[in-house]
Amino acid sequence: MIALFINWVEGEDTVPVPEKDSPSRNPGREKRHSTKVSNRVGSSSSHTKELTLLYDVLSVVVCLTVICALLVTVSWLPKFGSSDNPAENEVYTRYVESELREAGAVNTVAGMILDYRAFDTLGESNVLFVAVVSVIILLRADRKGKNHTLNLPELATTPEEKPDDEILRFSARILIPAVLLFGIYVVLNGHLSAGGGFSGGAILGGAMILYVRAFGVEKMEKIFTFSTYKWITFGALMTYTLLKTWSFYTGANGLESGIPLGKPGAILSGGLILPLNICVGLVVACTMYAFYSLFSKGGFGNGQ
Amino acid sequence: MATVQNFPFAAIMLYLAGGVTCCVLKPKASKVVCLLLNSLVTVLMFAVLLYTVRTGESYVYWMGHFPAPWGNEIRIGPLEALMGTAFPLIMTLTLLGGMEHIFEDVEPEKTNLYFTVVSLLMVAMLALIFTNDLFTAYVFVEINTIASCALVMLKYRSGRALVATTRYMMMSLLGSGLFLLGIVILYSITGHLLMEPMARKIRELFSTGNYAFPLTVTVGLFAVGMALKSALWPFSAWLPDAHSSATVSSSGILSGLVVKSYIILLLKIFYRVIGIDLVYSSGITNILFLFGFGAIVFGSFYALREKDIKRMLAYSSVAQIGYIYLGIGIGTSLGAKAACIQILVHAITKPLLFCTAGAFMSASGGSRRFENLRGAGRRDLLSGIAFTIGALSMIGIPLFAGFITKLHLTRSLFLFGTWKFWFGIAALVISTVLNTLYYLAAVSVLFQKVPGDSPPVERPSASLFYRCSVIIFSVLNLLYGIFSEPVTQIIQSGLSLFS
Amino acid sequence: MGSNLTSNYFEVTAVICFSIGFTMLFLNKNLIKKVIGFNFMDSSIFLFLASNGYITGRISPIITNGSVASENYINPIPAGLVLTGIVVSVSVSAFLLALTTRLYLRYHTLDLDEMIRLSRAEDD
Repeated sequence: MIALFINWVEGEDTVPVPEKDSPSRNPGREKRHSTKVSNRVGSSSSHTKELTLLYDVLSVVVCLTVICALLVTVSWLPKFGSSDNPAENEVYTRYVESELREAGAVNTVAGMILDYRAFDTLGESNVLFVAVVSVIILLRADRKGKNHTLNLPELATTPEEKPDDEILRFSARILIPAVLLFGIYVVLNGHLSAGGGFSGGAILGGAMILYVRAFGVEKMEKIFTFSTYKWITFGALMTYTLLKTWSFYTGANGLESGIPLGKPGAILSGGLILPLNICVGLVVACTMYAFYSLFSKGGFGNGQ
Repeated sequence: MATVQNFPFAAIMLYLAGGVTCCVLKPKASKVVCLLLNSLVTVLMFAVLLYTVRTGESYVYWMGHFPAPWGNEIRIGPLEALMGTAFPLIMTLTLLGGMEHIFEDVEPEKTNLYFTVVSLLMVAMLALIFTNDLFTAYVFVEINTIASCALVMLKYRSGRALVATTRYMMMSLLGSGLFLLGIVILYSITGHLLMEPMARKIRELFSTGNYAFPLTVTVGLFAVGMALKSALWPFSAWLPDAHSSATVSSSGILSGLVVKSYIILLLKIFYRVIGIDLVYSSGITNILFLFGFGAIVFGSFYALREKDIKRMLAYSSVAQIGYIYLGIGIGTSLGAKAACIQILVHAITKPLLFCTAGAFMSASGGSRRFENLRGAGRRDLLSGIAFTIGALSMIGIPLFAGFITKLHLTRSLFLFGTWKFWFGIAALVISTVLNTLYYLAAVSVLFQKVPGDSPPVERPSASLFYRCSVIIFSVLNLLYGIFSEPVTQIIQSGLSLFS
Repeated sequence: MGSNLTSNYFEVTAVICFSIGFTMLFLNKNLIKKVIGFNFMDSSIFLFLASNGYITGRISPIITNGSVASENYINPIPAGLVLTGIVVSVSVSAFLLALTTRLYLRYHTLDLDEMIRLSRAEDD
């Protein structure tokens, strides 16, 4: 019963339909569906109505069960905001008290994620990388503008908007330098204040998207094409990997890494945190722009 | 620190760099880079395996300048080194075995990205095997999820592969959501993320009886999360579509390796974080046992019904995953040992079957349905023999690898001897009978004489690489079936070092 | 039932949101709503995590006035983990939305069940 149900939830066709339908495909039924490909009425097969009701009831039951189980769990958890919680232990104390001496960053969180727990963060950049690779696989059109993934003649469903909006262009001219400057500030001051590679990179990516909306793809292509994107990502991720390889290797073998920490609070301080933030910022900025252009045009313009 | 101790870390970093490099190379060059990288890592990890077996100890490798409760770490013992050797080796052989299909099935301009994704997948799987930190595990679980979904959807002509990817992704995300919630709850009651301090704290909590309910809930969250991701019945409905609609190598990788990496992580969490006694006393193993039983029975039944060779193999994977969970569910160290043996056995057998299935498909005009595969084993004798070896191993005939699993499972069931004994024996008997039925039916179809009037479809000459891969897989299978004792020893010593 | 249900109001909100997101991701048939459900689920976990790090009366751990005494600052670990988690969640959303785009262009529907039926029909 449970298996049947789960199969059904997942869309397997072993659902008990009135006429005893063997789970292997029934040609008559398939034909009905394939005719629907042409007129595309949406989902209104014969058994959908009862199932929709079951779906709804079931969703409510599942939701309430999970809520109840988790609420009981939460009621046993330590009290919110109190200073003697289990999480406020020696790990936290050392991060706050010795971080400045050991990693050299005024922003403790930056020091923590890029020095103490740098392996996580390296993994995180690679999550972003593998996601952008997947989106490229799914959405990028080839030189002729075709996307082979689904044999569709043309990918672009949204017509290219002619950027002739004077108001947008005017405000973009004023805004973009400011946004870029702010993004660079956030990236470079990641170890000194709130911010860092990810947030700064997202701001820079936003500026690039605004530029392309206001001035069109052709202008953007003069400075930023797919191969620029490829090489920036390659360079930044390689640098990141190599720097961290050095730091992990020296750390594990008990060697001195030889990277000066600098005076806390100065812009050139915090050891590897600043270069790593710059690498991450570059990757994130390019990735945000890549997401935008892949989703809207299936690539970086016609010249690739 | 001995040089050889750096190798696991070097393997992860090499794969990271390799993945990024493949992204900018031409397809052929990236193929070479990826294969060389896999072979190199296999050799490196084999050295680590020899080292850990010689010392008989596990060691911790700091990822940075800070020790346990503060910095990230990886930990390598005999079991991790064994898996770390087996995974790149199987990955190399599977890629070689399905290389022609990769270049047919993946969009020509994006073939290099296939190797990028494969390298990142290896990063994730190795990190899951080695990790000594729960949050690192979460991050790499996500890389694993996205990369394995990308492997399915890289087969670009098939809409079905895309839909299968979506279903796979949805179920995987539910799993990672539960897993992350489990980590967060554990963090809030222990204040640690690394496995050793966390385990110490949990033992303390367990003895004082504090937070008993949240602890039980987290065990459940981890188990359900990983079961969703590793396709334990009844959460396995996505698996047949995802594993069968991908290209041949991807099917082999997904069935043979990806699913296993989650189970290894679950075992690691059970042993090294929660503490295996607490897991047994929480009763979650009984549920895993029953689900494993269901997986064996239902997976085998569905496979019997299937008319499509790759879907049949995928359903057979559901059943084989059931064996792993059955082993874990017995709730003794012998059972866990049997589960680890099954992980290896299935990892060397299923990619072989998928690669040969790919060869039969190209020997029969690309069709996967059995009625079109008649006589494919005669047209391509090497693949026919290799498939037979794999099938016999899956059935569990002595001298083949699959027999070793059944031997160890039966032994641990005998020594446990409660209600689980009858269920377990019933599962083994049912599945052996059903496996015999469907695998022998497949073999007999493949070796059927085709009536003379239909000329055999000429298969494009099989590449040397394919033949090497299939022969090595078959030899590994037989070797493991005959000389399994050293590997069993390594698994046992690795498991005893876990807790 | 434990004693901290009312004082842990952030966690209570988080788990309720988690369950709603989870159910949406699990049982809703519309792909876009599934993506929304996924984001809902992940964000609620981040809320849970962030509330674990908070300690009443302390400030964020950016050491500007030279004092490094830990009793002045909140716990930086959850903040770092949330940062990592957000990036993971962004990546996964991008991937899911790209998948949805392709599937919609091919099948002109967002209903997963319908897509499964259509994809099987064209396969035969």
